[in-house]
Amino acid sequence: MIRTPLRPLARILKARESGGNPDAIERENIRRRHEEMHDRDRRRAERRLLVMGAMFFCAFAVIGTRMGVLASSPPPAPRASAKGAEILAQRATITDRRGRILASNFDTHSLYAKPRRMIEPRRAARELAKIFPDLDAARLQRSFTGNSSFAWVRKTISPEQKQAVHDIGEPGLRFGRREMRLYPNGAVAAHVLGGAGFGLEAVAGAEVLGIAGIESYFDDRLRNPARGHEPLVLSLDLSVQAATERVLSGGMRLLNAKGAAAVMMDAHTGEVISLVSLPDFDPNDRPDPPTGEDAKAGESPLFNRAVQGRYELGSTFKIFAVAQALELGLVTPETMIDTTGPIRKDGFRIRDFKDYGPRLSVEKVIVKSSNLGTARIAADIGIERQKDFLRQLGFFDATGLELIEAAGAKPLLPPRWNELSTMTIAYGHGLSASPLHLAAGYAAIANGGRKVIPTLLRTRAPQEGTRIMSEDTARQSWRMLRGVVADPEGTATMGDVSGYFVAGKTGTAEKIKPGGGYYEDRIIATFASIFPAHDPRYVLVVTLDEPVETSGSEPRRTAGWTAVPVAREIIRRTAPLLGLRPEIEPPRLADIRRTSD
Amino acid sequence: MRGLLYVFSALAVIGLAFWAYHENYKTQAAQARAEALEREISLARQRLRMLNAEWAYLNRPDRLRDLAEMNFDSLGLLPLQPHQFGRVDQVAYPPRVRAPLSFNNPVDVSDPEAQ
Repeated sequence: MIRTPLRPLARILKARESGGNPDAIERENIRRRHEEMHDRDRRRAERRLLVMGAMFFCAFAVIGTRMGVLASSPPPAPRASAKGAEILAQRATITDRRGRILASNFDTHSLYAKPRRMIEPRRAARELAKIFPDLDAARLQRSFTGNSSFAWVRKTISPEQKQAVHDIGEPGLRFGRREMRLYPNGAVAAHVLGGAGFGLEAVAGAEVLGIAGIESYFDDRLRNPARGHEPLVLSLDLSVQAATERVLSGGMRLLNAKGAAAVMMDAHTGEVISLVSLPDFDPNDRPDPPTGEDAKAGESPLFNRAVQGRYELGSTFKIFAVAQALELGLVTPETMIDTTGPIRKDGFRIRDFKDYGPRLSVEKVIVKSSNLGTARIAADIGIERQKDFLRQLGFFDATGLELIEAAGAKPLLPPRWNELSTMTIAYGHGLSASPLHLAAGYAAIANGGRKVIPTLLRTRAPQEGTRIMSEDTARQSWRMLRGVVADPEGTATMGDVSGYFVAGKTGTAEKIKPGGGYYEDRIIATFASIFPAHDPRYVLVVTLDEPVETSGSEPRRTAGWTAVPVAREIIRRTAPLLGLRPEIEPPRLADIRRTSD
Repeated sequence: MRGLLYVFSALAVIGLAFWAYHENYKTQAAQARAEALEREISLARQRLRMLNAEWAYLNRPDRLRDLAEMNFDSLGLLPLQPHQFGRVDQVAYPPRVRAPLSFNNPVDVSDPEAQ
């Protein structure tokens, strides 16, 4: 930059010549220079202000945008840890006592349609009907060409079906993710598991709800996300259950029975090891309950005969009367009981299957199954005492098993409990209970006289139930029940399995006619057993509905010919699976008693 | 002196701010990592569940029974019977093979030259 001199020589000389003041020129130039400087400074200041303003604008813009974002977005909750990203929104697995899966959740897809987005609805309907034979092409076409904007096609589809639907190439067919309940073992333990269905359904997922059995009873526990990863461990043993079902269904076919039920229980812990009711169903594809006029709930495969079925269980009840008489000190196993008959009471006749002579010992009354002898023992016990005893054994209430169906299955008691009822109930008529009730009653005897409540949950400790009878009485009862099987005169001689010392009692009860009275040729055959007899660990009750054994010259229907061989085969097959080693029976030490207590 | 105090406190504030932000970012990174791991765990669990279900399905009693029947000729599998229980003393021990003593490589235990 060329600085203009303050006193330019040319102008000063000219001014001196013209008599002017050269200082004025200098001042003039100083003034000009100051003005220039001033202008420059102002421009610089203006520029700085502009830059500052821009910066402030940017800063405020950033802050403003950030505030806007914060105000419009949902606030994140402050967290102390990174736990709890939704891991399990599913239903817990159900396993058997050894951890084998009985029910599990499975990812699958649902198929739905958006008719508005469809290009060729008619072709899509035709193709879908080809993939899913149970769908009707005409109905699908109506729903695809109608006004609706949404239609379910299938609730669950398999991967192969999904691929086939993909191959149709129709953009209006959509898939939704969802979970379904899978019962990998099919019909095994179907009545225990029950089944599951969908609750609220949406495209993105669906609630899986238990609709029967243990799935329904423990629905809240199974759906609780906090315990979703923790399997529900049942007391069932899958292999024992499968073997029992196999043997029982074979026996049912051979004996032309309409239905069958079996309950196996651990006598000390009350755990139900297997619970079978036939006919059964596949819980993966649970059939609909029977509807209509002539539908009988009791004949449906859904009906759980072991838990819901209430039958007069016949002579299996005799041991309860005898055990109570022993407990009360009214009799000993050797006491002779009058068995002359028939007994006539209130227009009712009590008879024996055949004449057993005028007198039998109490032990023989059980071994030969004398109605008359048991009725006379019960008459000595009396109404109130019998009621109390049966109430303690659990024959007045539901069993408390963890199935939704069990709560409604209260035994059917006589409307008026008179002396005749006492006598007939002693041999199992006039009181209808489920096979599970009977198993619980026998478990109390097998458990040394303490009450056992059946449970389906894995329990490790024995139940310390209230004492119903003394240990001596229980022991004497085992010995009498062992006689039924081991004594050549017993009614269950076919029931013995070498090495396992089966003890038990048969029961053959005629079915009640709907109008009153009993059928001649329709019976419920029951065998209630405990094994091994010298130190009982398991209780098994087998019930057959209307069995007929036709190998002989005339059809045989008594439990000794029907339920007993089936029970024997079940014990032979399942006892090794339970880890029971066959043993040699200890000799009867009848007269050795503990004296130290 | 006062100036020095100001400088130090300013430096301290800067340092603390740096530390605080650093910790904050570290926490956020850890949380993101934990979430990623949780997602991975959940996927692994899902897969495990699927495989378990498949295992249970392949081992269902009906199928095993059918397989045992189909392969009866080669395997001869039957249901477990009570008489198959044995006692330990029924099992014969394999005969104990004693290696014959050999003296191919004698070792001197006393040294005659030590005397």
